[in-house]
Amino acid sequence: MNLDHLLPLMVVASSLIPGLVIFALGEQRKTARTILNLGGASVKLLLVAMMLWGVSQDHVYVVRFPITQSIDFALHADPFSLLFVTLSAVLWFLTTIYAIGYLENLPHCGRFFGFFSLCVAATSGIALSANLLTFLVFYEMLTLTTYPLVVHRGTPEAIRGGRIYLAYTVSGGAVLLLAMVWLQSIVGPVEFVVGGFLESAGHEYRNTFRWIFALLIVGFGVKAALVPLHGWLPEAMVAPAPVSALLHAVAVVKAGAFGIVRVVYDVFGVEFCGELGVATPLAIAAAVTILYGSLRAVYQNDLKRRLAYSTISQVSYIALGAAIVGPIATVGGIVHLVHQGLMKITLFFAAGNLAETLGIHEVSELNGVGRRMPWTMSAFTIAALGMIGVPPMAGFVTKWLLGSGAIAAGQWWVVGVLAGSTVLNAIYFLPIVYATWFKPPDGPWPHDHGRGRFETHLLLLIPPVLTAISVVLVGLLASMPFSPLDWARLIVEREYRP
Amino acid sequence: MTPELAMVGLITLPLAAGIIAFVVRRVAVVLTIVVASVQIVLAGHLAHSVFYQGRLRYEVGGWGAPLGIDLYVDGLSALMLLMTALVGLAIVVYSPSYFAHPRSHHSGEYFWPLCLFLFASLNALFLAGDLFNLYVTLELLTLTAVALIGLAGTVDALAAALRYLIVAVTASLFFLLGVALLYSSYGTVDLHLLATKFQFDLPSRCSIVLIAVGLLLKTALFPLHYWLPPAHAAAPSPASALLSGLVLKSSFYVLLRLWFDVFPYADLRLVGHLLGVLGATAILWGSIQAIRQTHLKLLVAYSTVAQIGYLFLVFSLTVETTMAWSGAVLFAASHSLAKAAAFLAAGSLKYAHDSDRIDELAGAAQRQPVTIFAFAIAGVGLMGLPPSGGFLAKWMLLNSAVTSGRWGYALVMLSGGVLAAIYVFRVVAKSFENIDPIASCPVATRPISPWMQWTPLALAVASLALGVLAYLPLGLLEIGAPFSPTSGGGTP
Repeated sequence: MNLDHLLPLMVVASSLIPGLVIFALGEQRKTARTILNLGGASVKLLLVAMMLWGVSQDHVYVVRFPITQSIDFALHADPFSLLFVTLSAVLWFLTTIYAIGYLENLPHCGRFFGFFSLCVAATSGIALSANLLTFLVFYEMLTLTTYPLVVHRGTPEAIRGGRIYLAYTVSGGAVLLLAMVWLQSIVGPVEFVVGGFLESAGHEYRNTFRWIFALLIVGFGVKAALVPLHGWLPEAMVAPAPVSALLHAVAVVKAGAFGIVRVVYDVFGVEFCGELGVATPLAIAAAVTILYGSLRAVYQNDLKRRLAYSTISQVSYIALGAAIVGPIATVGGIVHLVHQGLMKITLFFAAGNLAETLGIHEVSELNGVGRRMPWTMSAFTIAALGMIGVPPMAGFVTKWLLGSGAIAAGQWWVVGVLAGSTVLNAIYFLPIVYATWFKPPDGPWPHDHGRGRFETHLLLLIPPVLTAISVVLVGLLASMPFSPLDWARLIVEREYRP
Repeated sequence: MTPELAMVGLITLPLAAGIIAFVVRRVAVVLTIVVASVQIVLAGHLAHSVFYQGRLRYEVGGWGAPLGIDLYVDGLSALMLLMTALVGLAIVVYSPSYFAHPRSHHSGEYFWPLCLFLFASLNALFLAGDLFNLYVTLELLTLTAVALIGLAGTVDALAAALRYLIVAVTASLFFLLGVALLYSSYGTVDLHLLATKFQFDLPSRCSIVLIAVGLLLKTALFPLHYWLPPAHAAAPSPASALLSGLVLKSSFYVLLRLWFDVFPYADLRLVGHLLGVLGATAILWGSIQAIRQTHLKLLVAYSTVAQIGYLFLVFSLTVETTMAWSGAVLFAASHSLAKAAAFLAAGSLKYAHDSDRIDELAGAAQRQPVTIFAFAIAGVGLMGLPPSGGFLAKWMLLNSAVTSGRWGYALVMLSGGVLAAIYVFRVVAKSFENIDPIASCPVATRPISPWMQWTPLALAVASLALGVLAYLPLGLLEIGAPFSPTSGGGTP
């Protein structure tokens, strides 16, 4: 077994092992825990960087273990895996820093960081899965490891949020299992192949494939929060801020979106999806989700809930990109996987800072907060403008590509959806931006902790500032090599290669 | 060491040790732990021999069928023996601290010899090569199990034990009657001779029905399950783990063995479907009952009722391939590990709180993190989520159901998983609840010894490992499996 086999395993292990060791350390060993956390995250970054270089040189990393005659456990690193795994490695590193600052004096840190690392291990596993079965293994592992994070506070609301989260995700997992068994009983083991492979399976299965596609989308749609399967997401907001940040930007919703993209491109093949007539219904579901999420976000006064509905809406851009047949829209959808992650994590970091430093949880309490916390609110503003799609930020790149891709594919209605969503984005983000910078404060903040020399704890401040900078950079430098857009083009070139 | 010696050792060693432990109480604990460890070695050696040399038959004393006692081992028996040894050792290691509880009185003293007798009869059952020995070992098992249920000595426990005794003896009568019918028709009780001679005539059909009813009663298949929850909940937790993890599997094993090795299963399709339907009902009924329980041990016991249901789907789903058959055996093995873990964890929690009310578990995730973790991981196996052995087993059963177009079974299995998630997470969610340190007085709990914390976790992790390393048990199972090419082979 050489490095080519080991590397995918090591990427998963770099967060799995620290997670398990952290459990064993117990509650008191704070320094050891911090070293393990940051050490694991750094090692993972390093490993991912190695793989990134290798894959850009057309190198193939595969590892495979047979479990039974017809079932393999297999990991591989293709460009699309790397896009997701890089995103999760980078954001895990930043979120870990943030979480160390956030949870400083709270109880049960050992448990928290243990499950936190396991959750990232599951996400890396999802990214690197080479077949549907391996994907399912990590997908369910993700469900189980995020549950303790959602209920971490142990309050009745947290337990309730956890219950709703499980009800949706476990049922979704069951649907997924059915779809996978069904598919495997027809075509044998389902490997992820660029361009899909079902087209060759014969005409008589077409109707069955439509059903399986629908089941798969329902299974993944639960985590990706496609309307009407989105109900768990606002309820899971009771989790601590770093968890929400990770759940929304990297782990859970992204796993669902990633799964949808994998199914469309690497199992069915996007052109075959068009032939079966399942692409348009998916596009419509995504469009409905985009508009519905944005619309609901407008009416939320709780800041985190507003962001949650915004996530529901934004993640569906990825599904929308996947459902439009054509290379430009595909690039837009795939690149949004990264862009949405960067923007949304910034917003959640900022919301966490507001709650942790000033006790602000509601939109109506935000008047004038920009003067008290300029760095945090600058980061928030940049990310919010990015979400709306103001050039040259990340969100603009996505919307531009999706729009032009839809026109190229002759689907003009998508442009209307994008425009409507943009207007709604502006309606729910701009008042916040206006209130923070231009309105005078109403009075003293609810619970001003006034931490240290900076506006808040330094560990809470660095991550959002860095992600906000990256939101601008990935937009400005979109055409540079190794930018997310460049990488998305590489993925799509392989998909549409004749 | 020859495999023959291992076979004989697996029966005689625990039997002899059981008698010694009964007479010389002082050495009971040490002796049981030693025997349980030796048992692992013997079972491992036997599995190894079977894997590399194929099926084995040993004529004790050289008499041979139809007169003497034949011991027979193939992949299926070897796996069951290994499971028994593994789960048995974990339970034995767990128990000394459990019976150190001030309120357990002298029940511990009797536990050890009973445990050894149980091992002896289980091993003998899995090695039995003829119907009569199967009957004798089943009977021995029943009597030991009755004593184990009544061990706590409370009114509930004695009532449950008595009820079980009546059910099990009735079941044995059915079984014996079936055996007698077969013997009168064919003049032999040897399984292999029977298999070659079997004809599908009226007496044989009657005997099949009698034997099946007897075994269904003992395996507690819905609607014959009513004796199980009170019995398994009232027994001391290590005994519950033995009963749920091992004893139930033995009668299922007998039915599986007879059905596919002796009976003309192809002609029994209708009865097979009936068993499948009962199994499916058991899955739903048991799970829903488990969700409704307020006491942890009853919850786990009803979960057993549900999980037993999955096993019986095999009689309906097996169509010319070993997929469903292997799936069911893997399911049984996985359930043994996970359920023993769940009962031991429940036992630790009951030991700590002096009660097994689920409501009192609030905050347990902080007080007893290892135990709750063990329960949750065992729960992963019960829900059939990856990477547990339960997942793989369910995958194989589902695959058979979908391939043969039995969508009803597929849906029942999937809903069974979701329902299992509900009852497992009811407990886990409760344990995550924070208790306000000021408002309520701190919960007084008894500290749990490390043995009682870590053995459930070890068993639970083993149930996960079974899924990851499934090629080992599945490879072993192919030796002598029905429909497989090796089954025609025999001893080299």
